[in-house]
Amino acid sequence: MGYTIAEKIIAKHVGHPVRAGELVVTSVDGVMATDTTAPLAIKAFKEMGGQKVFDPEKFALIIDHAAPSPNERIANLHKLMRDFAREQNSRLFEIGEGICHQVMVEEAYVKPGDIFIGADSHTPTYGALNAFACGVGSTDLAATMMTGKIWLKVPQTIRVICNGKLQEGVTAKDLILFLVGKITVSGATYKAIEFTGEAFEGLSLSSRMTIANMSSEMGAKAGIVNPTGLELDYPFEPIMADADAEYIKTYEFDVSGLEPQVSAPESPDNVHNISGYEGTKIDYAFIGTCCNGRLEDIDIAAKILKGRKIHPNVRMVIAPASKSVLLDAMKNGSMETLINAGASLITSGCGPCVGTHQGVPADGEVVISAANRNFRGRMGNPNSNIYLGAPSSVAAAALEGKIVNPKKYLV
Amino acid sequence: MSEVQMPSSLKGKAHVYGDHIDTDRIIPGKYTKTLDLSTLANHVLEDLDPSFKDKVQQGDILIAGTNFGCGSSREQAPLALKQSGVALVIAEDFARIFFRNAINIGLPVLEIGKHSIPKNAEVEVDMKAGTVTDVTSGKTYAATKLPKIMMDILNEGGLVKYLKKHGNYSLENE
Repeated sequence: MGYTIAEKIIAKHVGHPVRAGELVVTSVDGVMATDTTAPLAIKAFKEMGGQKVFDPEKFALIIDHAAPSPNERIANLHKLMRDFAREQNSRLFEIGEGICHQVMVEEAYVKPGDIFIGADSHTPTYGALNAFACGVGSTDLAATMMTGKIWLKVPQTIRVICNGKLQEGVTAKDLILFLVGKITVSGATYKAIEFTGEAFEGLSLSSRMTIANMSSEMGAKAGIVNPTGLELDYPFEPIMADADAEYIKTYEFDVSGLEPQVSAPESPDNVHNISGYEGTKIDYAFIGTCCNGRLEDIDIAAKILKGRKIHPNVRMVIAPASKSVLLDAMKNGSMETLINAGASLITSGCGPCVGTHQGVPADGEVVISAANRNFRGRMGNPNSNIYLGAPSSVAAAALEGKIVNPKKYLV
Repeated sequence: MSEVQMPSSLKGKAHVYGDHIDTDRIIPGKYTKTLDLSTLANHVLEDLDPSFKDKVQQGDILIAGTNFGCGSSREQAPLALKQSGVALVIAEDFARIFFRNAINIGLPVLEIGKHSIPKNAEVEVDMKAGTVTDVTSGKTYAATKLPKIMMDILNEGGLVKYLKKHGNYSLENE
């Protein structure tokens, strides 16, 4: 019997073969926390007797969830993080440098074959890189900061095979929304997911990150994209599953006819063809987040909005996934296009998605967002409704003031 | 001998809610950025049941359906419940990060599978035997056994105390 990608990565770290179900204490290659999770982690680290983090080069703090600080309470938490990073000789990514997951990938804190632990639920994003990456809470993270280790149950793996190529005008976000709808918000709890098949092979790293990112919306411990077709600017050894690896479940879809998708309020798995919601009036369009704030996302929105103006009843907010994304979108003209179309640019970070600050919707308002979660109250107001879609769908809705199929602007 | 923090049995009023209660509903993101943990209790379950924070009494039990605590990794979610007085969370099953977080902060959690415990039921929990009894109907549910490492962490009162004592993880006798 062969091994899954998750089993192989964990085996490499513990030094012996492992099977799903086994409990292991494994070394990790990187850890990070954000301003939502780091303050509690630092407190727990000190309380558990921690003095020095296990490796200052493998530990990073990112100020992204409420950046820049909206009030004195959060300003003081940010200061606590800055002081701790200095004391530990570790890197702190300042306000505006980017969203944790984007920065960890851009700065190569995580590489193929790594085990990475992040105090943020979207840490599985690094499965795009063929890494095993798990989200944890603050105290777990503190323990890993101190010991360089984590205890894990080797997960069973669900295999998701997607055959066929996505049509023009249909994006990785549409694909992963479709899969979340099929697998549901608890369909992969405690499991790893392997995404494999032709539909993933042609995807960019950014699109692969969108796919792996929403593994967490299915409850997964990790979501790993088959590395076939993955291009990185440094050499790496891809880790593939064995042909006779054991899966707890296999889903197989032909996605060649897939239409743009939306997730309707108020659960990410409430997914439908966009045609079912065409005409739904929107007040607010948001493009950003660890799911869809990358250059290709900003570019596709700019393609739709070039030379046009967003609907007068709509406001549009753009939060690039990182400073590097912002600079690239400035250089290639996409950002200018979006701002000329009426969009408002905010600091790179998570704020609007998580309702921390910036861009909170009003009572009764309808939002279309390129983010990954639409739980009630997610964006800071329980009396608003959030639809999730691809950046193309967000841009097309901003233009028309209602949900529409964006394909007509792209094909 | 480890100091056992967890009561061996609990009897209390249960607050019963449904499936897929996400961490945004347990504690909205806008309240999570604080180290003053007592403030979390003021907003616990605010977007699910605004009356909960006033109803909940020290030692109460929270019961939910499937996938309790899905969504974000915020440890403030189990902390908010603990701060509000909740002594134990019982669910059909839990989202994984919430489950680990709860154990790590010393909030006991029990998975009992599909159940029909009604709203405002009184339940009796035998932590040692891992059973939950709905006192009104007399129906007893068996909880899934925790791995030893989780029991050890819980018995120490959470991961901070566990690591303070042991300095590292141990899978001995697992």
